[in-house]
Amino acid sequence: MVELWKLSLAEMHGLLKEKSISSVELTQSYLERINSIDSEIKSYITVCGDFALKQAGEADRRIAKGECEKLTGIPVQIKDLIATKDIRTTCGSNMLADYVPVFNATCVERLYEAGAVLLGKGNMDEFGMGSSCENSAFYATNNPWDKNRIPGGSSGGAAAAVASGQAPYAIGSDTGGSIRQPAAMCGIVGLKPTYGLVSRYGLVAYASSFDQIGPMGKNVEDCAAVLEVISGYDELDSTSLQRPTPSYSDCLDANIAGVRLGIPEEYFSDGMENGVRERVISAVEKLKSMGAIIVPVSLPTTKYALACYYILAPSECSANLARYDGVKYGYSYQDTEDMWEAMGVTRSQGFGMEVKRRIMLGTYALSSGYYDAFYLKAQKVRTLIRNDFDAVFQTVDALVAPTSPVVAFEHGDRTDDPVRMYSIDVCTLPVNIAGLPAVSLPCGLSDGLPVGLQIIGPHFSEGNILNIAYAYERDTEWSGAIPVID
Amino acid sequence: MGLDNSEIEHLASLVRITLSEGDIEMLKEQLPRILEQFELLNEVETSDVLPTGHAVNVESVMRQDELRTPLSTAEVLSNAPNVLGEHIRVKTVLEE
Repeated sequence: MVELWKLSLAEMHGLLKEKSISSVELTQSYLERINSIDSEIKSYITVCGDFALKQAGEADRRIAKGECEKLTGIPVQIKDLIATKDIRTTCGSNMLADYVPVFNATCVERLYEAGAVLLGKGNMDEFGMGSSCENSAFYATNNPWDKNRIPGGSSGGAAAAVASGQAPYAIGSDTGGSIRQPAAMCGIVGLKPTYGLVSRYGLVAYASSFDQIGPMGKNVEDCAAVLEVISGYDELDSTSLQRPTPSYSDCLDANIAGVRLGIPEEYFSDGMENGVRERVISAVEKLKSMGAIIVPVSLPTTKYALACYYILAPSECSANLARYDGVKYGYSYQDTEDMWEAMGVTRSQGFGMEVKRRIMLGTYALSSGYYDAFYLKAQKVRTLIRNDFDAVFQTVDALVAPTSPVVAFEHGDRTDDPVRMYSIDVCTLPVNIAGLPAVSLPCGLSDGLPVGLQIIGPHFSEGNILNIAYAYERDTEWSGAIPVID
Repeated sequence: MGLDNSEIEHLASLVRITLSEGDIEMLKEQLPRILEQFELLNEVETSDVLPTGHAVNVESVMRQDELRTPLSTAEVLSNAPNVLGEHIRVKTVLEE
């Protein structure tokens, strides 16, 4: 029999439904794989084996009664920024190293209702702040394609776990590229939905007007199936949008004849590696050969996205992270009677350097005298970036671009230089600034490392961009490629 | 755009983070380089542009002010670092 961890969600669902395997067997096989290789990859912060096997037993009882939905009995890894009741949720931070939520995030509730089995919590850059997974307070995650390299970030644990067969799919979050960029660097599929499509209730806030939860999986079909479960209105999130969500799986017919695809010239910048450029251009050719109409387009405000994001996101973060005061929950420095000293040391010891840097930057941008020059200015530029996308979507159905201008780099390569680290988010940030959906999927290898193709659509076009990705995926061999882990 | 030690320390005091001397030196070098990148926005004409807070139009949500079951006291206190009975114990806030 084929190794279970190599199967897609649809294949697992088929075997579970016909009772060729049980959820307990499937879960056990993943726990064994985690036990045998995660010491090399470090994709999990917490593995909850007993909890998973209990959920798997419940799933098997449901399946026995004929209740087998698409995700019933199938294991999942969830990024450690998403609240899971009774399972510690650290956000990759010392601040929350012992924090055990008393409630589930809405997406977790929905997955549990669908019969999902939680394997554990994924490693990540602290509070989602980072592009390499090296900002985790616990350990860095290694890229399954080359363990000396980073898996991307911030959902690096999720991407590495799926790529190495330690989870059939994962739930990540994307504030500036944190689902798509690690998906690209680990050779998997990741979808950042339209802002407001998936409830943020229980997603620990980094930058609230940018954060969005989404699926990460081996292929497009898997991501569509997961999105169906986690999307939709939630009264517990005031920015959740009240609109019906379609069956995304039904949107996948692989017919892209006549679909108009814009190629934004600004996304093919000087800082882009040649290998990435070649793979993406060859993917565009492929899409053209499948009947898509290729249209060169321009998004002139793209060059301002980096500055716009790195003003607004840290500003929101500086307000959101003010809650960690060592009083109600989280790390607390107790060795003083002075309130302010306790708070200052708590936050100094609890937060890592990147988080401190962004809190400082955000507070600077919001402070009297700089508010208009930085924060307000960036909010206005945000309008212009959004307008650029609105205008271009009058003429094309979707945009095709690289996800990351570079492939996975070696650990430590950019950690000393925040400006260089931030610069690799250049192709993903504009999407969050405009609240758009975008999917990243594998489009080949450069020097043996995965390259990601990004497909960006107007608000609520998930069905359409997933279908474009699906068409490409079906006609190529890249999705589901498995790295050799020695 | 330079930042001196006292500006970094002032910023740190606003955000209630105690910085080591090493942190201050590093931030003194890094923050101005990041802020320099932000100056690129000055070349964008925005005088007639309205700011965007959320990229998707969101509206205020209202609901009836009805009674709901809250978390229990034990649940609320379960992550508190310093608990005294049914209360969270904090440092002295007001001196006599």
